[in-house]
Amino acid sequence: MQSWIPFVPESASTESGNVDALYFYLSGVTVFFTLLIGFVITFFAIRYRRRTPYEIPRPIAGSHTLESLWSVIPFVIAMSFFVWGAGLYFRNSRPPENALEVYVVGKQWMWKFQHSTGQREINVLHVPIGRKVKLIMTSEDVIHDVFIPAFRIKTDVVPGRYSSQWFEATKPGEYHLFCAEYCGMNHSLMTGKVVVMEPPAFNDWLSGNANQQSPAVAGQQLFQTLGCASCHGASGEGGRGPSLIGVFNSNVQLANGQTVRADEGYIRESILNPQAKLVSGFGPIMPTFQGIVSEEQLVQLIAYVKSLSSQPSSSPTPAPRAPAK
Amino acid sequence: MEEFKVPPPSKINYLNADYGLKSWLLTKDHKRIAFLYLGSISVFFLIGGIYAMLIRLELLSPHGQLLSSTTYNKVFTQHGIIMVFFFLLPSIPATLGNFLVPLMIGAKDLAFPRINLLSWYIYILGGAVTVYALLAGGVDTGWTFYVPFSTTFSNSYVVVTGLGIFIAGFSSILTGLNFIVTIHTMRAPGMTWFRLPLFIWSHYAASLIMILGTPVIAITILLVAFERLAHVGIFDPANGGDPVLFQHLFWFYSHPAVYIMVLPGMGVVSELIANFSRKNVFGYSFVAFSSLAIAVFGFLVWGHHLFVATQSVYAGMIFSFLSFAVGIPSAVKVFNWSATLYKGSISYDTPMLYGLGFIGLFTIGGMTGLFLAALAVDVHLSDTYFVIAHFHYIMVGGTLLAYLGGLHYWWPKITGRMYPEGWGRFSALVVFVGFNLTFLPQFVAGYMGMPRRYHYYPPEFQVLNVLSTAGASILGVGLIIPLIYLLWSMRYGPKAPANPWHLPGLEWRTQSPPPTENFETTPIVTWEAYEFAPIEEMEVMGRFSETKAEV
Repeated sequence: MQSWIPFVPESASTESGNVDALYFYLSGVTVFFTLLIGFVITFFAIRYRRRTPYEIPRPIAGSHTLESLWSVIPFVIAMSFFVWGAGLYFRNSRPPENALEVYVVGKQWMWKFQHSTGQREINVLHVPIGRKVKLIMTSEDVIHDVFIPAFRIKTDVVPGRYSSQWFEATKPGEYHLFCAEYCGMNHSLMTGKVVVMEPPAFNDWLSGNANQQSPAVAGQQLFQTLGCASCHGASGEGGRGPSLIGVFNSNVQLANGQTVRADEGYIRESILNPQAKLVSGFGPIMPTFQGIVSEEQLVQLIAYVKSLSSQPSSSPTPAPRAPAK
Repeated sequence: MEEFKVPPPSKINYLNADYGLKSWLLTKDHKRIAFLYLGSISVFFLIGGIYAMLIRLELLSPHGQLLSSTTYNKVFTQHGIIMVFFFLLPSIPATLGNFLVPLMIGAKDLAFPRINLLSWYIYILGGAVTVYALLAGGVDTGWTFYVPFSTTFSNSYVVVTGLGIFIAGFSSILTGLNFIVTIHTMRAPGMTWFRLPLFIWSHYAASLIMILGTPVIAITILLVAFERLAHVGIFDPANGGDPVLFQHLFWFYSHPAVYIMVLPGMGVVSELIANFSRKNVFGYSFVAFSSLAIAVFGFLVWGHHLFVATQSVYAGMIFSFLSFAVGIPSAVKVFNWSATLYKGSISYDTPMLYGLGFIGLFTIGGMTGLFLAALAVDVHLSDTYFVIAHFHYIMVGGTLLAYLGGLHYWWPKITGRMYPEGWGRFSALVVFVGFNLTFLPQFVAGYMGMPRRYHYYPPEFQVLNVLSTAGASILGVGLIIPLIYLLWSMRYGPKAPANPWHLPGLEWRTQSPPPTENFETTPIVTWEAYEFAPIEEMEVMGRFSETKAEV
């Protein structure tokens, strides 16, 4: 996987070229100023070398014009870096609509992936080209970080919250996936690979690994076995607890008068610490599920709540396949 | 120019004024305390350097054949802790600063001599506790102590190491306090703020950070200890805590701490560039105020360490903007140093070689900092070897080179002996070459995607790592040579005159080494900083030959 430009890793996502372009701009400016300073210093050091031990040069006070110039010009150049870098960062921070969602759970020292269609993988992630893929990530223990150099993306995976990042791969191949946040003894073995495939090959791979339950279906079963249904309704239609249908990504009115967007983090918090952000009109009757549900079960419950939003009052999509072994 | 006369060299100076271990351990003389610090930080530098060589040796092979992963993790952690907290932070302020702040402003000592001695004892106590932790089994959290790994998962001596750093922090606070009070209240008559050497300005700025920032790391370390021992739940998400909060607290100190390390270095370089080109610093007040600007803005940029740590996007954008802004005062300094050389009388003595090397390497270190402030590029680069290379360019290419340059420059004053100039120039060159060969390849490895703190790494990075290790070996040699000849010169070097470089600064207007009270009579300052007037020159030259004749 040698890149044709030396010093730059494989470029395999829609954004990697944009990051490289800014990197080249930064490198160019850096090389220019380093050579400029190096040249000026060397030239002065030779031109004005001490010729007799007694010479005392005339003092030069300084120049406000020069000071202004070499404050303002670097500032303007720095602002061009800032605007360019912040623009890309801001765009990449917006999760795309209709992305393939992959749940990622990091633990010392392995990566667990689950596709929304149910396929599970460890340390290997299969994705198609030409589709936006969103990773929704959390950790079971310490802070990890999913770093895929070929896509120029990296985001910490933090216990107790969900972080996300997305990419759209452009070139089939196998790419490094590194844990980039030091996480203990085998940190440097917490690596994996991203296998990028043409869509037909990816679909073959999906169907070859299809006999697994989707997270939403598993979440629906958990919803029943954990007793959520007794208050939130058998299909999440609500009861003593608020309705969950259509709640994902909606604005929820809280008892304390605030509103909050019901994203993954809010639903997670409401399961683990229900009293933290109580929905307006409901009593503080829900027990905590802290220590009862695992990170992966949480992900499944959230996937179920999400599925209630896309297709209200029907079974979650996609249709359940054969139950898990 | 009555005050210009140097008294005939007395046989009594601060080194031989008193004898015996007790006279050193109970000294209140800032120059002796500087010497105590010089010895202690050299020991820690040696320990940190051994760890560095172990890292480089291990990374020769992608499969890591020398150390286990656990040991490797401890080695890079301890390299960082020793170098940052026990070498770089005290390096220039506690040795050169301690020695020179009173001399340069015409004072007899620092404002609080006993507190100055106390700060050394606190530093030694902190160092001893940390060394105990290393010997007992070491620590493997990385020098950054990120939670929840450090609080819940690490099975090593986190609390003891933290205690050592906590203790050492107080020595930093006391030194900063001492400098600020001294600079405010003890300047000699006529030594106005704008006649101060820029070394003093940069130490003043660094001292502000020491007293304002260090308490925050102390509190943070205490919280980590509480969390580890009592599971109080400030950082642990399982107890409702926030692990990212730790990173905010840690970097609120540790980013400004970078400026504690580099500002005094900038002060040294201002002295070197001006004095070895016999020119006043171009744009004196801009260089002086840029130090204060760095100290102030330095407190507002900690969030650039958290661009990929789930910090809010908008916070990231603000921190990115401020990080670019803090680069401008540094750029101003580089341009002013370069302009100072213009139409100067430049000598190539060892200290100047280090000073010129500093400008080049600091420029690279500063410019690569802009890559890391640029949000989208930082996403790719953070936690890779690019970051390692960047901050080594600042801390080794910057602080260490300035420290070595300053040490050579003031060596005649500190020890009363000259170092061998030929060896000095040679080793400065070796350090420069070795340093660049060590860390330039790491920029490439970083952009290629090699993560930091990796014991095993993909084989495609091996060539770059071998280059880096080769460079580190050269760098090691370049650092051992001065260690040998400086120690040698303390006994066998030619006796140094009062003013071997023929300079106007106050520290050169007293004998080498200075008497305990620094000056026979309180100097009265009637000249500007870096004023190389021709009349003075004659005076200096005459005095120089006279002094030399009597030695």
